[in-house]
Amino acid sequence: MINTVNILRLIAVIVFIVCAPFIGGILDGFDRKISARMQRRIGPKVTQPFYDVLKLFNKEFVSVNKSQLFLLLSYLFFVIFAGALFFGGYDLLMVFLCTSTASIFLILAASSTHTAYTGVGTLRELVQMMCCEPMELLVAIGFYLSTSANKDFVTPTFKVIDLVRSDMPAIIYLPGFFIGFIFILTIKFRKSPFDISTSHHAHQEVVKGVTAEFSGAAYGIVEVAEWYEQVMLLGVVGLFFITSNPLSYIVAALAIILVYFLEIIIDNTSARVKWDLMFKLSWGIIFICGGTNLLVLEIIRNINI
Amino acid sequence: MKSFHKSPWLIHYDASSCNGCDIEVLACTMPRYDVERFGIINTGNPMHADIFCVTGGVNTQNAPIVKQIYDQIPEPKVVLAVGTCACTGGIFKECYNILGGVDQVIPVDVYVPGCAARPESIIDGVVKALALYQEKHDKMVQEGRGLPEDPSLDEDNDVDENASNDDNSSDENASDEENAS
Ligand code: SF4
Repeated sequence: MINTVNILRLIAVIVFIVCAPFIGGILDGFDRKISARMQRRIGPKVTQPFYDVLKLFNKEFVSVNKSQLFLLLSYLFFVIFAGALFFGGYDLLMVFLCTSTASIFLILAASSTHTAYTGVGTLRELVQMMCCEPMELLVAIGFYLSTSANKDFVTPTFKVIDLVRSDMPAIIYLPGFFIGFIFILTIKFRKSPFDISTSHHAHQEVVKGVTAEFSGAAYGIVEVAEWYEQVMLLGVVGLFFITSNPLSYIVAALAIILVYFLEIIIDNTSARVKWDLMFKLSWGIIFICGGTNLLVLEIIRNINI
Repeated sequence: MKSFHKSPWLIHYDASSCNGCDIEVLACTMPRYDVERFGIINTGNPMHADIFCVTGGVNTQNAPIVKQIYDQIPEPKVVLAVGTCACTGGIFKECYNILGGVDQVIPVDVYVPGCAARPESIIDGVVKALALYQEKHDKMVQEGRGLPEDPSLDEDNDVDENASNDDNSSDENASDEENAS
């Protein structure tokens, strides 16, 4: 069925697919610049990430396993697909499941080479997934419950397109989920103290861990996929603030910038932790913030009913 | 592509340096010299690197390692020998285990003399390496060479190419160094 809403959704998806790498790249550039200023350095140009990726695509591709490139392209595909689902206004649960599938492809691509450093890297990447996954699912469930606690909605929903039509920003119902989500964003963005599987900038962890065996274009694909994923995750941050009021989009944009800045500060002020501490911390935060919030939501829901 | 030299990633390997040159290489990444403003990143991974920066002469034990790291760097790549030891063997030259400069094992593109090499001259060397790097890349594109099919052929190419580059760059660098001092 073709109507204005559907066309708008299609436009949103196309804009995401075309613009997300640029937004992600520029964000990355600002990240490096701001990090450098925090360390009293001048830092590279804001456009530096684009030069890096262009260079990577022009380098020789060396790999002991040819299937690596295919697996990485699948990773890129699922990341873009997840983002397209999100910005197209589809099911939030589906979006998170797609990102998990994407991560699996990254892990497969890395482990296809059977080397020591990627071995350690993939194990750590799995631990990172274990830390992030519960919170991601909880966030999707949280949004669902917020719609059922909210009297504006006749039926509760997972659909992003319905969530943005609410009269109340979801953050009012989901402050605990929001804190938990910000926490796992540090893991997702591969920022210190949780950059244990691989890391950006000049930090080196187990010789770049999960990405150690990606050369040239293969590493370029990983970088681009990460930009897409970053934009999608920041979109979820925005979703906590968006309502039917157009002004709320400005609030959401401000929140996204603040969250990103917070991540940069955390990155620059903390030392890398071991995997077990990361695991305990993230599950602790999930249980305390997410769990409490879930309980309160349930109570509100029951009162409403 | 013109912007190719704007993102050189560097891998630093300490062959048998006294650590003097290593400290100077690290000093380059510190706030005072901040090489990241040129897009230079010190990556620990040969698969991501473009510039191979070796300090210290090569000894019998690490010669295969130097060779392996060199082989793992995807084309195009340039090799930077930092410090007198890396250029010629330096004060360790006569030691029983030292083979000599890095060029005994792999083709070197740019020589940065000095004991220890000063951060300024290291950065200067890297900038020289970048010009070479762009040249190699353009040549690679011209020849339409993605993956080298025949490794033996490829190695020959490298050696020839570098033999001429070696002389030029070392001379240039040496004169630069003299001017600076
Ligand atoms: S050149 Fe001098 S400072 Fe550098 S490794 Fe050799 S002895 Fe040490």
